[in-house]
Amino acid sequence: MTYSPEVRVRLETDAKEIIGRYPKARSALLPLLHLVQSEDGYVSDDGQEFCAELLGLSKAEVVGVSTFYTMYKRKPAGEYHVGVCINTLCAVMGGDQIWEELSEHTGIGHEEATSDGKVSLERIECNAACDFAPVMMVNWEFFDNQTPDSAKQLVDDLRAGKPVVPTRGPSRLCSFKETSRVLSGLPDELAGEGPSAVGPSLEGLRVAKANGWEAPK
Amino acid sequence: MTTLTPVLTKNWDLPNSFTLEGYGDYAAARTALGMDPDAIIQSVKDSGLRGRGGAGFPTGMKWGFIPQGDGKPHYLVVNADESEPGTCKDIPLMMANPHSLIEGVIITAFAIRANYAFIYIRGEVVHVIRRVQAAVREAYEKGYIGRGIFGSGYDLEIVVHSGAGAYICGEETALLDSLEGFRGQPRLKPPFPAVAGLYAAPTVVNNVESIASVPSIVANGADWFAGMGTEKSKGFGIFSLSGHVTRPGQYEAPLGITLRELLDMAGGIREGHRLKFWTPGGSSTPIFTDEHLDVPLDFESVGAKGSMLGTRALQIFDETTCVVRSVLRWTEFYAHESCGKCTPCREGTFWLKQVLKRLEKGQGSEDDLTTITDIADNILGRSFCALGDGATSPIYSSVQHFRDEYLKHFEIGGCPFDPALATVWGTK
Repeated sequence: MTYSPEVRVRLETDAKEIIGRYPKARSALLPLLHLVQSEDGYVSDDGQEFCAELLGLSKAEVVGVSTFYTMYKRKPAGEYHVGVCINTLCAVMGGDQIWEELSEHTGIGHEEATSDGKVSLERIECNAACDFAPVMMVNWEFFDNQTPDSAKQLVDDLRAGKPVVPTRGPSRLCSFKETSRVLSGLPDELAGEGPSAVGPSLEGLRVAKANGWEAPK
Repeated sequence: MTTLTPVLTKNWDLPNSFTLEGYGDYAAARTALGMDPDAIIQSVKDSGLRGRGGAGFPTGMKWGFIPQGDGKPHYLVVNADESEPGTCKDIPLMMANPHSLIEGVIITAFAIRANYAFIYIRGEVVHVIRRVQAAVREAYEKGYIGRGIFGSGYDLEIVVHSGAGAYICGEETALLDSLEGFRGQPRLKPPFPAVAGLYAAPTVVNNVESIASVPSIVANGADWFAGMGTEKSKGFGIFSLSGHVTRPGQYEAPLGITLRELLDMAGGIREGHRLKFWTPGGSSTPIFTDEHLDVPLDFESVGAKGSMLGTRALQIFDETTCVVRSVLRWTEFYAHESCGKCTPCREGTFWLKQVLKRLEKGQGSEDDLTTITDIADNILGRSFCALGDGATSPIYSSVQHFRDEYLKHFEIGGCPFDPALATVWGTK
């Protein structure tokens, strides 16, 4: 175990808060693995041992779980983890072309990171934003209606440290580690930022209003 | 003509729709907590609400299966693991209107006598998770959840739980295993979750949209809800149009509306093109073609035509799209997401993928079409859960409707389509 005493104390405080929410401690395993990623950028050996220790599990039990879920990374993700949806609808609408051009542009493939550690890429499955196809995600924030050019620009900006804003999300993009902390159940203060809904999400409501259609009273 | 009926989507254009100020003061939950819990269950039964997560099981009946007076804790688990390809309704709903879900959770938990509720949200949507976390926090601060809600003696804790990337966790028993801190693999049923669910206690697992619809039923009455929709598929639902349509998006309408009506509202198929095939309710529902434009989109009518209403995820593809490529990609998805627990699904999806890859490259033969339907025969009804069954839907339906297109691939030794033409920018 190589966490420094300060890190260890901080992680333990967070972990105990999370564990305390559940009627049974083991339910906190997925959140704790997100917490480990918020510290290390992946599910490190130390982190998995930490989870095992806090939950009274064997390390094998923890690894058995962490290897099942695609969001837990076996090696460090980039500071910005970039997903391109290549499920059928997004692929057809242009996701395949985006992936090919982006992968060539960055010189990295699926679940690989650039040498500066800034960006990693993933071919992601349907992210429930099909009406905004082709869709990309950066650190699990929406980047809707992408093109090959916008995708390459996005990644160039991320690597250059330029500000990048999700299409439906907060006004600043969190790092992979910051995002992982929210996923562990420890909220940041960004929920109020960004729109309620945009574009396609409002299309039906717009048509209804234009025609004076309402649900029965 | 069917018209749209915004209920859950009604406040989405307010800039603060995701706050209590933009939502309301939980009047329906206040009403519900003054009612007999059994009367709430009866009202939801009378409304005819059926599960909005795909299977369409009557919601009130599911609640009624929870044994009462059994001395065990009861749990409510909201399935917010929206991952079925094409399905994109719960995510914008929780982003724009999380309080409808929280209010529904309060009413449902009270009705089934649960003091603990979990909202299991797929992990890949962090801003949605923030919005639900914030809505729960706001409700706690107002005393709408927590101890002695609205001055009643009723206590309720709500925990927002993030998944970690696994389509299978949308299957309710896999979700429960995942929520207990295990690999998300489905459980044998029976026992059903109503008897032995989370921590082996009686548990209701409901989809986001089902739960979010409950406050409107309490507020307006079961008859109001049942007055919309068709005889057996009552009420409204969010229809998600995506793909080659002029204005894709979320259209909230009574069940029984047709694709033709929805396409009229959405500006039709993108200019200069025509409808080729579509899914009525996600990739696990057999594909339809332009022959099915007038099928009422309700559970019975879609079923009678050989598909399923599913999640009302209408993925629309025009004539530039290769069916074989589409089916291959869906099949790769199922193979990737198969949890590995049962052999028919684990091996079957793996082999389907291999054969379809060959077919798509034009290196197959007509015998391969028999092979893939044979493999599908060995998955459908033989796999442990519905993931395997779902994987067979694109196979059977594509061979049924587009056999010639498969044949064309090996006649010319490749794919007859130019994928560039199908892209958003391809025909500009």
